[in-house]
Amino acid sequence: MLLYVFIRGSMGLRRYILTRIGLTLPMIFILASLVFFIMRVLPGDPVRSALGPRGTAEQVEHMRQTLGLDKPLIVQYGIFLKDIITLNFGNSMVGGHRPIIDEMSERFPATIELIVPASALALSIGIIGGAVAASKRKAVADYSLRVYSVVIYSLPIFWFGLMLQLLFGIQLNLLPVAGRIDPIVRTTLHPVTNLYVIDSLISGNWPALWSAIQHLVLPTVTLGLILSGVFVRMTRINVIETLQADYIAAARARGIRERVVVYGHALKNAMIPVITLIGLQVAILLAGAVLTETIFNWPGMGGYLVQRISTRDYTAVQSVIAMFALLVALISLAVDMIYSLLDPRVRY
Amino acid sequence: MPAESLFSVRNLTVEYNTRAGVVKAADDVSFDIRREEILGLVGESGCGKSTLGKALMRLHRTPARIAGGELIFDGRDLMQLSEEGMCAVRGAEIGMVFQDPMTSLNPVQRIVEHLVETIQTHEPGTTKEAASVRAAEIAEKLGIRSERLKEYPHQMSGGMRQRVMISLALALRAKLVIADEPTTSLDVIVEAKFLDLLRELRQEFGLTILLITHNIGVVAEVADRVAVMYAARIVEIGDVRDIFASPKHPYTQGLLRSVPNIQLDDASLYKMEGMPPNLLYPPVGCRFHTRCPFAMDICRDKSPEFESVNGDHFAACWLYHPTAVKAETKNG
Repeated sequence: MLLYVFIRGSMGLRRYILTRIGLTLPMIFILASLVFFIMRVLPGDPVRSALGPRGTAEQVEHMRQTLGLDKPLIVQYGIFLKDIITLNFGNSMVGGHRPIIDEMSERFPATIELIVPASALALSIGIIGGAVAASKRKAVADYSLRVYSVVIYSLPIFWFGLMLQLLFGIQLNLLPVAGRIDPIVRTTLHPVTNLYVIDSLISGNWPALWSAIQHLVLPTVTLGLILSGVFVRMTRINVIETLQADYIAAARARGIRERVVVYGHALKNAMIPVITLIGLQVAILLAGAVLTETIFNWPGMGGYLVQRISTRDYTAVQSVIAMFALLVALISLAVDMIYSLLDPRVRY
Repeated sequence: MPAESLFSVRNLTVEYNTRAGVVKAADDVSFDIRREEILGLVGESGCGKSTLGKALMRLHRTPARIAGGELIFDGRDLMQLSEEGMCAVRGAEIGMVFQDPMTSLNPVQRIVEHLVETIQTHEPGTTKEAASVRAAEIAEKLGIRSERLKEYPHQMSGGMRQRVMISLALALRAKLVIADEPTTSLDVIVEAKFLDLLRELRQEFGLTILLITHNIGVVAEVADRVAVMYAARIVEIGDVRDIFASPKHPYTQGLLRSVPNIQLDDASLYKMEGMPPNLLYPPVGCRFHTRCPFAMDICRDKSPEFESVNGDHFAACWLYHPTAVKAETKNG
């Protein structure tokens, strides 16, 4: 989509996109550097957490040398920068010392596979619910939706996830409560993108597709519903405001039916500020994904990050944060592009 | 000019249910809009003229409601129509032009999309191409070049947008256009051009126009007849020349004398005493008696009915009741 806007857009728009990308790079650099130093200031290090309290002085010294932790901090920082710029991210500091890029290529698609349908769910509920509440203002539907959005927004995500697991996974025994796919089915699936739904579609592996979708339901619903509350409220208030506008009265005066007035004219205009909110929600979405992944044992970036923070895997944490930053920057750029497509008054 | 009525409003009452109580913004209002005339509806802010204009198309929104009356448009009572039936009348038979052209067009729709949508709403069989062609034709007549139809509202000036609003009303050949303060936000030159346009359109399309305004000058310039509204009631209605030459109702007299005139000096400018009444607690009897220099005992008791003062010229004032002593009225 970005490419489409870039090619079709005006000179000003192209310059704007390039500026935005140009600003994103130093932002990621600053963030990664912050994480680099904070990780080293925190108590504990990967050597201690790997060897435990009984590691001998020789073992510790040997491991520090292999991980490059004996070098001066400034040299370590230089190596870190080189790894970031060459996009190879270095090797993990614990376990099998695998390249981070390999670990992320499995983990990152898992997170994408979770947050894309979750956002789609949150947005659909938010936009439809908000518009319905606004058009039925002060009626039962409006009050119910307002109560829904407050309740759902204030639920702790881990509690909500556990309750869904308990109900649909244990009591009703309808859905799996952990993992991305059945491990046996997994062996029949040849990974291409590591997005299991896409992979099974490409290879026509229907049992794998069915298993992947079943595993997706609960985590997606947990994350999606929690996020939908804000969108319902935002959409509702913006549609209500838009419905007061003169051009809405004018549209009614032209005999355009109320349904078209609300869902066509008012909703499209009301989406403009809501789209901005979506951009701001991306960071919250990723934070929610970390929790959701932990609850559902989802092998994504979130669970990975939590696990590697506890083992003080410096390189892994730095790389994950850099990837998150890149993701947030890209999505907010995409949101800006959608904004310019929706609102003809915005031209860069 | 044919004197046949296009729109007969009978005993129309529009109420607002507010927390403080029921406010009648139009109280038992009756008048006719005749075919192919421009009827000016004048009155000060808050007298109910805009509410009345909206109620004629049943476009009022809660907390306003029509408490009673008949709206006989072109032979049928609009009050009897379903909401669906009303949608078919709005835009196709009665068009509306609003006060602020800057905010009356959807900012995310191109001008041509406004026109096409309106045409397709009322004639569902029309293709988009056919509707666009018709949109271009109607725009051409209003002096909007066809290449400008691709623009968005924010790319157009106020006068241009007001032309677009009119073109939307004319896209389906509406018989009646209700224009609510259409020139208030335009500067005087654009206003003059717009009023010329209204006159031309009336000629060309046989259009009937209800012009709602607080600007007596605008009415004097274009209207054929004038209805004067005060505190939710129409107090005087008649031919524009009659009313300007010899206003009968004391309110109209005061109103006309309080318009500045560059040929007279300031000292003769009339100042009406008091304030318009609070419509939550309208005065008993004639609503104007609290400010009227000719108030009599009966005015504080009973509401006056319309009396013909000169053929087609009516005033609701006890001074013109057949039994009233014809003496002390002096015109301004």
